[in-house]
Amino acid sequence: MSNPLISARGLTKKFGDFTAVDAVDFDVAKGESFGLLGPNGAGKSTIMRVLAATSQRTSGTVEILGKDPELFGPLVRAHLGVVPQQDNLDGELTVTENLYIYGRYFGLSKKFISNKIEELLEFAQLEEKRDVKVEALSGGMKRRLTIARGLVSEPDILLLDEPTTGLDPQARHILWDRLFRLKEQGVTLVLTTHFMDEAEQLCDRLVVMDKGSIMAEGSPASLIKQYSSKEVLEVRFGSDRNKEVAPQLATMCERMETLPDRILMYTEDGEKLLEKITHAGMHATTSLVRRSSLEDVFLRLTGRTLIE
Amino acid sequence: MNAGIDVPTIERFGALYIASARLKSMSKWRTIIAAVDIGNPLFYLIAVGIGIGVMVEQGSGTSGTNGIKYIAFIAPALLANTAITGIMDETVFPTIEGFKWRKLFFAQNSTPITGRQIALGVYLAALCRALFSVIVYYILLLAFDVVNFGISILLVPIAVLGGGAFGALMLFAAAKIEKEDQFFNILGRLVIMPMFLFSGTFFPLSSMPIYLQPIGWISPLWHATELGRESAFNYGISTTMVVVHLVFLFTLLVIGLVLATRQFERRLSK
Ligand SMILES: Nc1ncnc2c1ncn2[C@@H]1O[C@H](COP(=O)(O)OP(=O)(O)OP(=O)(O)O)[C@@H](O)[C@H]1O
Ligand SMILES: [Mg+2]
Repeated sequence: MSNPLISARGLTKKFGDFTAVDAVDFDVAKGESFGLLGPNGAGKSTIMRVLAATSQRTSGTVEILGKDPELFGPLVRAHLGVVPQQDNLDGELTVTENLYIYGRYFGLSKKFISNKIEELLEFAQLEEKRDVKVEALSGGMKRRLTIARGLVSEPDILLLDEPTTGLDPQARHILWDRLFRLKEQGVTLVLTTHFMDEAEQLCDRLVVMDKGSIMAEGSPASLIKQYSSKEVLEVRFGSDRNKEVAPQLATMCERMETLPDRILMYTEDGEKLLEKITHAGMHATTSLVRRSSLEDVFLRLTGRTLIE
Repeated sequence: MNAGIDVPTIERFGALYIASARLKSMSKWRTIIAAVDIGNPLFYLIAVGIGIGVMVEQGSGTSGTNGIKYIAFIAPALLANTAITGIMDETVFPTIEGFKWRKLFFAQNSTPITGRQIALGVYLAALCRALFSVIVYYILLLAFDVVNFGISILLVPIAVLGGGAFGALMLFAAAKIEKEDQFFNILGRLVIMPMFLFSGTFFPLSSMPIYLQPIGWISPLWHATELGRESAFNYGISTTMVVVHLVFLFTLLVIGLVLATRQFERRLSK
């Protein structure tokens, strides 16, 4: 990648003896939307805090806009919008006061912030709550406010750590739409998520992480192509029989995963496979043919499901 | 980025942004703060001025206090103690809150603001709070005719300096500790209380047994009290001692701030 906006080489972060992030390499290009996908404890938030120029790495190099965040913290952070996994709004202040005070920390003028607040209230759909104390907002509203707050300085890079956790489906889709528009305006997005659909929707490129390491990297489509088959047949025989029939099923497809409640069979043509199974005299209690998703990629790479 | 962010300006004034946010949040408690700042001195002035002081003077005259009225003798200590408790409240609680209870510091630190600036901002706001309390107290001292207006105005900066020295250490301690419940017990019972009692507050340090006097020597309250007495009524301490008191307090203040700013940076960058 020529001239990446963010680049990490051998990025390692230890807490005591424990290695939370283990020699990770990645680049993010300007205007790109880059995702970190992985289960709990994979090290996503730890990486995000290093990128946010707040957490010190143990070793490796990181450059953001060509600068080492540890040496140029304020300068780097001036270009970032940060949405942490856990909201850290000031509950004693109102919605607008929170936006205002945060903007002041960027040294922005009162006039600029006041205009910006109107735009952000609309963005977060919190116009009616503008003078309400933050502690009286619902969880999803706080989340939207935290995201809006990250935009007050018109950042070049937006770091979103599980942005849609706690949002209802409608709010999630609205947020996806808004993030997409920001991307069109040239904002670079780095986000973490547990949700495959979110990663597929929002990310141009992503890394799949587990236990501090990157397992795979690519666009959602290319990852699916590389690590999974076109279709997946999900069959259930009841929890007792699943194990019984598994050996026989395994001979009938390219690859198979036996989960506690169901069996996933990877194939190019799910319907045909289902027919074959029925012909062989096995009757699944339920069956479902679907396209492969990042969930399958993850399962293939780690032997575990994303959401446990 | 087209918002026009001026990083050098933030690097210069960031601590003031934090201080102004702190003052704004303190101002929500202004009624309570004012009531405490006026009520507390009133109780002391009435109780000591009319009650205890009269008894002390009936017992030994003013010979034990270098010929100074008893209430006037303890006034500089009360003033410095007011600064100390005021600064303590406004450093310890916001710091634990900022790191732990509400994690506000982490939000502030995700902007160009640095840990060092957050520490200094909290500290500056605490100094302002102490200054306010001390000025109120000083006005009451004038009103009760305990001190005469004039050079005694030096009591105000001296008390704030004493509070500032202690507060800088508290800022560090509050940023350092992870388990705050024990901290409050130890701080209140093993630091604040003995310091108040054994810093020559109610009688000259020299009239205490020698083995208790070291408590006073290391106590910012004692140093500030001695300076205050000297400024308010020619207490008669040597110039050397004045310098010693000043150097001690300034040294404590600087050491405390260096440790505190480092600890803020360290804890925020974990
Ligand atoms: N301050 C800390 N001290 C000690 N260990 C930590 C600290 N922060 C994170 N860890 C550990 O590092 C690992 C990675 O944590 P991290 O928060 O980065 O995971 P994550 O991928 O964001 O997980 P989640 O999806 O649950 O948010 C975890 O095992 C966690 O326990
Ligand atoms: Mg996380």
